[in-house]
Amino acid sequence: MTFINYASREINCKIVYYGPGLCGKTTNLQYIYDSTAPTAKGKLISLATETDRTLFFDFMPLELGTVRGFKTRFHLYTVPGQVFYDASRKLILKGVDGVVFVADSQEERMDANIESLFNLEENLKSNGYDLTKIPYVLQLNKRDLPNVVPVPDLVTELRRRDEPVHEAVAATGTGVFDTLKSIAKLVLTELRKS
Amino acid sequence: MTDTPIIMREQQYGRIIAVLSKLRLDSFARVVFLVDKNGQEIAVQGEVGGLDTTSLASLAAGNVAATGGMAKLIGEKEFPTLSHEGERESIHICIIGRTLLVVVFDDRSSLGLVKLRVKQASRELATIFEEITRESEQTAQDNPLLAGITDDDIDSLFSS
Repeated sequence: MTFINYASREINCKIVYYGPGLCGKTTNLQYIYDSTAPTAKGKLISLATETDRTLFFDFMPLELGTVRGFKTRFHLYTVPGQVFYDASRKLILKGVDGVVFVADSQEERMDANIESLFNLEENLKSNGYDLTKIPYVLQLNKRDLPNVVPVPDLVTELRRRDEPVHEAVAATGTGVFDTLKSIAKLVLTELRKS
Repeated sequence: MTDTPIIMREQQYGRIIAVLSKLRLDSFARVVFLVDKNGQEIAVQGEVGGLDTTSLASLAAGNVAATGGMAKLIGEKEFPTLSHEGERESIHICIIGRTLLVVVFDDRSSLGLVKLRVKQASRELATIFEEITRESEQTAQDNPLLAGITDDDIDSLFSS
């Protein structure tokens, strides 16, 4: 839910990175964090297990610039991807303004992608949102690996509407900012329509 | 199809700050802040210093969301207050509608005093925030700031 503060002249929005376990959600945030000027970002908070798997969420605030004299701040969250953390995923989607689905392009993760996407639709629905109507972007991650599914096949299987699709290698940063720009634009465009 | 934006005017912000200031003084707290249930910081008062209030806001909301989830699992609606006591610093969180009132205090104060003062401030904050919510719903549709955002404005954010 967007929060507009006339006193501090800020527009705050919430973006959630969703996807199956080990698809690269945290890696997306880590790359954004590492590549952003210190003045434009806050701390990257990771609530992770001892083996660095996301336990609850990762969070980082990011300032993109000014629109009509108002600072635009995006609060980026990831969800834990592992199937049994579903209650946490549902909580993190509350008040969301835009969603990025990070798909793992490897052939053996295709079922996990489909299951996670179905889970996203369900959890959005339980929070009163509709995947076909909210700002939404699909990222096809890990395109550098040898055993990836061809892009057209992934699109056929995972694209739910006319959402922008970005190929990415989050570990090296390829496609990470393209994805972020896409979702930020959609969120601001939706805000204008509201 | 996302939620209606919350739009807080300067005058409302001033009233919230006044309530938080009074609460801070009355409870001898270190920092007092109001956070949206989704983790957005609304207003803060006190000895902020190097405190990362943005992260604290997000974690407080995560904390309340997680305990709220547990409450539902055992048949409760929610746990309206949460307290965490440390060796030197403590935190008390109180749910007020769609916001959270977070009080950070040390041994200059006590949990009993904080709870008492928070109860009084909660009523005033609830009234102000009800007004903000009501006005946000009325004005979001023809808000000149939102309606005035152009494609060029959005593109210019990503031009560099």
